[in-house]
Amino acid sequence: MCKFYPALTLALASILATPAAFAQKAKAQNVPEIPYDSVPNFLKMPPNLYLGESMGVATNSKGHIFVYTRSATTRLFEFDQLGNYVREIGSGNYGFEFAHSVRVDPQDNIWVVDEGSNTVIKFNPAGRVTMVLGHRPEVVAGAVATTNATVPPAEKYTFSRPTDVAWDPQGNIFISDGYGNNRVVKYDKNGRFLKQIGSEKPGNGKDQFNLPHAIAVDAKGNVYVADRSNHRMQVLDNDLAPKAVYDNIGDSWTVCVSPGPHQYLFTSNSNPNGNAPGTWDTTGEIYKMELDGTIIGKFGHAGKRLGGFQVAHMLDCRNPNEILVAEIESWRVQKLILRPLISAPGAVK
Amino acid sequence: MRHLNKALLTTSLLAALVLTAQTSVPEIPFTSSPDLLKFPEAIPLGEAAGVATNSSGNVFVYTRTGHPTISIGTARPFAHGGSRLVEFDRMGTFVREIGKDSYGFMDAQQVRVDPQNNIWTVDQMTSMVIEFDPNGRVQLLLGRKAEAERVPAAPLTPAAGGRGGGLPGAGAQSDLFNRPTDVAWDSAGNIYVADGLGNARIAKFDKNGKFIRTWGSRGTANGQFSTVQGIAIDAKGNVYAADPGNKRIQVFDGDGNYKTQISDVGAPAALCISPGAHQYLYSSNSNPINDIDSGGEIYRLELDGKVLGKFGKAGKLPKEFGTVNAIDCRGNNELYVGELGNWRVQKIELRTN
Repeated sequence: MCKFYPALTLALASILATPAAFAQKAKAQNVPEIPYDSVPNFLKMPPNLYLGESMGVATNSKGHIFVYTRSATTRLFEFDQLGNYVREIGSGNYGFEFAHSVRVDPQDNIWVVDEGSNTVIKFNPAGRVTMVLGHRPEVVAGAVATTNATVPPAEKYTFSRPTDVAWDPQGNIFISDGYGNNRVVKYDKNGRFLKQIGSEKPGNGKDQFNLPHAIAVDAKGNVYVADRSNHRMQVLDNDLAPKAVYDNIGDSWTVCVSPGPHQYLFTSNSNPNGNAPGTWDTTGEIYKMELDGTIIGKFGHAGKRLGGFQVAHMLDCRNPNEILVAEIESWRVQKLILRPLISAPGAVK
Repeated sequence: MRHLNKALLTTSLLAALVLTAQTSVPEIPFTSSPDLLKFPEAIPLGEAAGVATNSSGNVFVYTRTGHPTISIGTARPFAHGGSRLVEFDRMGTFVREIGKDSYGFMDAQQVRVDPQNNIWTVDQMTSMVIEFDPNGRVQLLLGRKAEAERVPAAPLTPAAGGRGGGLPGAGAQSDLFNRPTDVAWDSAGNIYVADGLGNARIAKFDKNGKFIRTWGSRGTANGQFSTVQGIAIDAKGNVYAADPGNKRIQVFDGDGNYKTQISDVGAPAALCISPGAHQYLYSSNSNPINDIDSGGEIYRLELDGKVLGKFGKAGKLPKEFGTVNAIDCRGNNELYVGELGNWRVQKIELRTN
């Protein structure tokens, strides 16, 4: 859902169609098109197993693929580098309620971010829980009534619908939090609180966020935050001080930084949920950028058939020429093979 | 029927929908096989919301069964489960389950099979239309399940602004649905969604799922609907929409221009148009789920609205119907009828001349 006021969103999300007017056409013009192919039916599901909304996708150092999905219940699946099904991880896990993100750290630990249970869970490569950040609200409290109540002040170790996780080279943990709070929190590698920027309140100032929806960290420790409802990406230094704003790429829904000596930055101006006729023409593309914000090119478009994206929610860019795209509304993960640019900058659209 | 005055006097909306058919319509003799489909023990048939056949005669049933559940102790209340899609061969032998534990299966409403044998489900609670290819793989999704449930739940009546409320009954210009009821295609593959109960409109998409247009709003004028309970399209691309509260079937062209209406078949709910050179229209005057003392019959019509006959009545015995929600008429004189009230699919054979 497109977010405007958190309380209002909470109250109405389940009954109102979100106006497509909140979708943002990117300001960047004359961006070269990067040609690409989508590998058909890349992930092979066993019989009677289905992906639901594909919220998170990530690869480990062997190329194995992890997908965190909303099916009848939220589940985490692993596939090998060819897309063959390997196993399910965390079946029945106490924190698996409403998938939002999965990331794999440099040691191949698998981290999921669940915005339903307000937890971030670290699994070791064997699939065993080794750390939990946040806390699932007490079950004894019963079903949470849908109200217009304001979000309480953000606390050090409690999340309000967190969205994503990343690490710097020292192993410090960065969490974007989220739909309820509007902040980025930094923890040390042992999960101890260090610092935050932003608060429970949304805002569009330099040290504020309006739905920090995804997060990534580069090799120097700089932090890239998809500040979705502010229609921008914010760049922070390793101490969470604001460094730069990239606001020509539409609504930054997700962010990915590739590894290696030359790192690239990817973000998606995803077409939102709830479209009027015609809105597919203005959003849905993914941008490839330099870390300094220079746009290299873009690829993709809104659409439901293969090769189009229906609300791209997360990217994996471990190989910057082979991008995995998880989509909310097409219940799939596409593998895209990017080809060399065919048009010089300034040539087309 | 003779209960016209009684029906009009009642304050119940559902009871008011029950019709009152003419007495002059001939009864079509028929037989019923109420136990054809053999459900495995692990998949108990509940309300048979949807039934449809493919070109080999295999039968698909989309049923409300199991346990619709809301999770507690989370940031928001999330709803899970409650419906399943099952395939049988033409002898009624179980073939397989499709879409097990699907995110889009909660409150089964309808299943239809397109000319390419893709299987389409319509779900009232997730407000989603899902296309499965013949292998059971998800091909196309329309609409989106609400992320969380409202607590306390909103009323179901449209006027109260609840789950049945929608955006003033018109669905606005959005590709999201509010309790959709049915799906159909024209010969070009364009997709029409009856949207339905919460909204009162028809939404049109191209074959790739691109949203093209929407028409209709809540009301009684031509082109308006009480609700859109069912939809069917003939070989010429005319769109037939069941509008039970207004006791009529409205007919539109593919762009939503009103053409005519058929208004002497009770409160139309489930619709089906048979294939072939001479197409027939079937329409159920479904009885309310809480009343088997009126209505319940199914009509057979020419596409121009001429009533050829009717068969059945509300009730619980074989050859009686308990709130018909789906009719499959691929076989023309061989129908499958899905019932909400009787948790049953009857295979019907009409003896027409």
